[in-house]
Amino acid sequence: MALLHFVIILLYLLSSAGYVYFLFAQKEIFHRLSFAILMAGFAAHTAWIGYESFRLGVIPAQNLHQTLSFAAWCLTGVYLLVKYRFRLNMLGVFAAPLASVIMIAAFFVPEIPTTQNQLFRSLWLVAHIVILFIAEASMALACGTGLLYLIQEHAIKTKSNRFFLKRLPSLEFLDRTGYAFIASGFALLTIGLIAGFIYAQIVWGRFWSWNNKEIWSMITWLIYAALLHERLVAGWRGRRAAIMAIIGFAALLFTFLGVNFLLEGHHDAFTRW
Amino acid sequence: MTHSPDGNGDPLTPQANGSDLPQIVLIGLNHKTAPVEIREKLAFSPEETATALAAFRNSPFIDEAMIISTCNRVEIILAVKDQSRAVETIFSYMGEAKFITPDRLNSFAYVFSGDAAVRHVFRVAASLDSMMIGEPQILGQVKDAFKVSVNAKTTGVIINRLMHKAFSTAKRVRSETGIGGHAVSISYAAVELAKKIFDSLDNKTVLLVGAGEMAELAVEHLIRNASAGNLLVANRTFAAGVALAERFHGQAIRLEEIPEKLKTADIIISSTGSPDFVITRSQVQPIMRLRKNRPLFFIDIAVPRDIDPAINRIANAYVYDIDDLQGVINENLETRQTESVKAERIVDESVIKFIEWLEHLDVVPTIICLRKKLNAIAAAEMSKTMHALNHLSLEDRLAIERMTEAMVKKILHDPALFLKNPGSHRNKSLYLDFARKLFHLDN
Repeated sequence: MALLHFVIILLYLLSSAGYVYFLFAQKEIFHRLSFAILMAGFAAHTAWIGYESFRLGVIPAQNLHQTLSFAAWCLTGVYLLVKYRFRLNMLGVFAAPLASVIMIAAFFVPEIPTTQNQLFRSLWLVAHIVILFIAEASMALACGTGLLYLIQEHAIKTKSNRFFLKRLPSLEFLDRTGYAFIASGFALLTIGLIAGFIYAQIVWGRFWSWNNKEIWSMITWLIYAALLHERLVAGWRGRRAAIMAIIGFAALLFTFLGVNFLLEGHHDAFTRW
Repeated sequence: MTHSPDGNGDPLTPQANGSDLPQIVLIGLNHKTAPVEIREKLAFSPEETATALAAFRNSPFIDEAMIISTCNRVEIILAVKDQSRAVETIFSYMGEAKFITPDRLNSFAYVFSGDAAVRHVFRVAASLDSMMIGEPQILGQVKDAFKVSVNAKTTGVIINRLMHKAFSTAKRVRSETGIGGHAVSISYAAVELAKKIFDSLDNKTVLLVGAGEMAELAVEHLIRNASAGNLLVANRTFAAGVALAERFHGQAIRLEEIPEKLKTADIIISSTGSPDFVITRSQVQPIMRLRKNRPLFFIDIAVPRDIDPAINRIANAYVYDIDDLQGVINENLETRQTESVKAERIVDESVIKFIEWLEHLDVVPTIICLRKKLNAIAAAEMSKTMHALNHLSLEDRLAIERMTEAMVKKILHDPALFLKNPGSHRNKSLYLDFARKLFHLDN
């Protein structure tokens, strides 16, 4: 399995290199090549995740090693899906290296045996995990789009950096795409959290237990809710929306990993290493 | 044009006949060879073009003709048999129509023939000969000129093919080199920038402040890049604003209405002669909230400036003045220089291919090609059949071979006779081209 892991990392890295080269050379072939390599990496990754799910009988997100791998898989999958739909070639420069880094991190986190727990065999839990991971991938791409927006905006405002100006898509497009990521990510986030609450009700007998994880989930959810609300009501577009997408993702990352490492709470098995 | 039928000779024997070879001749002048007063004087209006084409059609020395006339150039493209008499015809026509003596015209004009003429046409269409190299309007102008000539029925096989090759060459130059993709003038730089702010320029509202020539040019480019947009014109003298708005199907407003209209406008192009700022930061600041922060792009082409540069510091508002735009243009100029080498190579390739085709578009090469093709078919079929007929004696074989040869000769006889003389006053090139297509002789 280590070999497969290695192959996936290699493909993701190759794709990242291709995307970075595409950023500089602007040769259409490199972005197509990178896309194809990323697809291959994703296929290998899917096979791995599929095998692990089959072997464990649960979603392979039971320890930090698996969680990271699953997160990278979702990120790549969502990017490929979105790329298929929109002309967001440049976002590959963000998505492919991010997936590579997560996979490399996973490589250095030892795979520890997971405790077979009957608790984890519920449809609500599967929905909770899968939907939230996809939501997180979507928010990660929103953050990447936000970064691209800030770079492009800076290039246009300062009138100095023609390098990015030529290569990045229009501000309006980046803004709209970021919004689409956040809107769909928020919908998934909401559904995923509800699934989690229902599952909590089933296993612990209560929806809400004032756990750190729950509190931070709520904070993250509120940040995105505020962003969407302000956009619709007060027209939070452009720069401010881009910054909020980045802040939101930081909060999301903290909820996802930080809470488990720094604070006490349930979900600790999920990042055990 | 007249050609005496050569009844007695074997039509299959190729005989050189120089005067039949159609030649491409180009007479023209451009911004490099003639000053603007001369170009203005010699430019053809649409009506003049029609008259001239009609006159050329009736000339016995001109087979095909086309006229490209823009503010930077006049090009007369001809397909002729006798170059010197054709050129003479053009010069005398210009003398009559434009009151310019042949000597004086000669000092401003250039005359190209053969591959030099072809190369010039391709370079013009690909915008390599333009004042602003790479500016894309010229291709459209050439296309329009071609359409006019086609409608006037003055083009034939040669100019048709020449122009189609010119269009495909221009397309290649644009897609394979960076020449066409870059901003070439202030207005193009502005449009390019606008496209980096707005996803598409469709349905955007453009507010023109001041109805100057520069502003007009910029609007023209913007409109070319957008559909169903909305145009507002604000001008000090309201009547001039109304006139300009009418030209672009826009709406004229008064200067006092500008702050109000900033709520709906997306792109503001300003070019007034005002010594003070026409739009200030304090006007724009409150507007952004009402606009729900939709981006606002200010293009200030006035000197002294009309738009307060401090507006650029407001979120989602962008201000570019003429110097900023000039910076964009200068950078594009550098890349264009290196790209032009690539473009010239593409043009050279196309010229070689076209000349090859043109040289084959003569009676002799066509008949040779045709005979080669028929002989090859006969030989191939013979060897196939003979393979199965081993019992035949050598004499029998030779007899059959002679028969196939005779058949090829007889089949070729009439088409060859016809191609050599399709009848006087008929366009031989047309029939040659048709024959080559019918028998698939090219490539």
